Amino acid sequence: MSGFGTATDTLYLAAAVCFVLGLHLMNSPASARRGNQLSAAGMAAAVLTTVAVLAHDHIITAIATTMLAIGLAIGALAGLITARRIKMTAMPQLVSLFNAVGGGAAALIAFGDAISHHGSAGLADLPIRITLTTFLDVLIGGITFSGSLVAAGKLAGRIPGRPLAFPGGRALNLLLALVAVASGITYTAGYGGLPVLGVLAVSALVLGILITLPIGGADMPVVISLLNACTGTAVAMAGFVINSIPLIIAGALVGAAGGILTKLMADAMNRSLTSIIAGGFGTGDEQAGALPAPGRGTVREVTVDDAALQLAYASKVVIVPGYGLAAAQAQHELVELAQALAGHGVDVSYGIHPVAGRMPGHMNVLLAEANAPYQQMKDLDEINPAFANTDVVLVVGANDVTNPAARRPGNAVSGMPILDVDKARSIIVIKRSLGHGYAGIDNELYTNPKTQMLFSDAKVALSALLTGLGAYVH
Amino acid sequence: MTSILFADITIFVLSLLVGFEVITKVPATLHTPLMSGSNAIHGVVVVGVMVLAATADTTAGYILVLVAAVFAAMNVVGGYVVTDRMLEMFRPRPVPTRPAPAHDGSAPAAPQSKAGTR
Repeated sequence: MSGFGTATDTLYLAAAVCFVLGLHLMNSPASARRGNQLSAAGMAAAVLTTVAVLAHDHIITAIATTMLAIGLAIGALAGLITARRIKMTAMPQLVSLFNAVGGGAAALIAFGDAISHHGSAGLADLPIRITLTTFLDVLIGGITFSGSLVAAGKLAGRIPGRPLAFPGGRALNLLLALVAVASGITYTAGYGGLPVLGVLAVSALVLGILITLPIGGADMPVVISLLNACTGTAVAMAGFVINSIPLIIAGALVGAAGGILTKLMADAMNRSLTSIIAGGFGTGDEQAGALPAPGRGTVREVTVDDAALQLAYASKVVIVPGYGLAAAQAQHELVELAQALAGHGVDVSYGIHPVAGRMPGHMNVLLAEANAPYQQMKDLDEINPAFANTDVVLVVGANDVTNPAARRPGNAVSGMPILDVDKARSIIVIKRSLGHGYAGIDNELYTNPKTQMLFSDAKVALSALLTGLGAYVH
Repeated sequence: MTSILFADITIFVLSLLVGFEVITKVPATLHTPLMSGSNAIHGVVVVGVMVLAATADTTAGYILVLVAAVFAAMNVVGGYVVTDRMLEMFRPRPVPTRPAPAHDGSAPAAPQSKAGTR
């Protein structure tokens, strides 16, 4: 190994160490930002090292250098501008978009590698080490590219969030999967060359779209996590194809992160991955409108003034946010209310269900944006024992994750871990109507004698509560 | 089965295990930044695209390099910037409490407020 080779390999190793340590520092909100910056420093080192390798080797053509430079400049600028300008409420679709382009780039690496071999040695002589990983990279990268784009479209509201299924969809998916695997195996065995790889790429892209379309809004946290894991795997496969160790390590780390999040999210819904992929769950965004007749039991309504009074005289309040908070963009009003209560001496915390919102940790980011201290954000296991001595629970835009029906077998939410809000002394639910959540069933919490409904848009109701609180808080 | 493949698989498997070990310790509060931050880490494909560019010598290859470079650069730059923006919001803040009027007895120590949020 030459001295230059040793130096570059050492730098790549240092970059990989930065990635691992950066992820490690994410174990606490206080050190997480430093972790991300360390990871970015490692990335910069890896990129600069590669620039040095290209300059040292002298094999890159002038046209390729120009193309690379132009592409990098455009991409970097586009990434920088969108990342700076995006609103925090639009974060899920942006994360999904960046995931898509990462997967796309990984698939293109394998494709480009095949093209360059096509020009010189001929594809048939390639070792299985390369052809097999090219197959996997194009398959996984293709699915995750188009799948993440569809997911981003759904999250941004450009594509309807409800499950889009059509008759024969599953049969078509199966057929496409068979075509993809068959062409992949053919390519791996050394036959067909680029045209077969093209068939694989096209079937992977279509498959990605068809798999993601039937998935409903409530399953989005699982799907985004899974797509993230897929991109990581695709990047690792690209690393196998071009024998690049930083790609393999980083890809595996991301694959692990996505895999863990996928499992946590699926567990938090008590749904298996296969049933989520099969799709059809969730009716999409909740319908606003007139109050539908409650199925059974009586629903008690509360006025803003009465609700504000109860909050002001509580000693412990737990706020349970859900996707409705994000949809109404009411996070600032909510946190202002919480700060006012805390300033009044009320013990305030947020009880956050793992799948509240559209991606893992969605509520936490929204609340952090509105300056809520992260110490007040409690997860399911932390907050559930606390409900018994909570005076008032304020539910804002959350539905299925509070439904006590989950404790009984035989309904759409059975077995799903829920926030035990019904154990509290009283519950105030801010909601536009008695409409169903994604599971499409009545929420038994609303007919609980301890529950009072405040029918209003979240933003309007929270502002009114804050004003109403002014009478009691000085 | 070549030795290169075997070495690569070893690295892949061990990195997966390290990933599982490190990431299970990330609290739920940080799941979005974790996802976005790991998203940025797979932006390392940009290194792969640069390596690919060195072997490109056909029109198709050049176009592929251009597109892949746009994708990868967007992924890596956007990913890190947006994660940083998110994590900046998670900076430690004093919990706004006033000594509670004898609700539960445990009067919290006054937070050392640097920048008052109220």
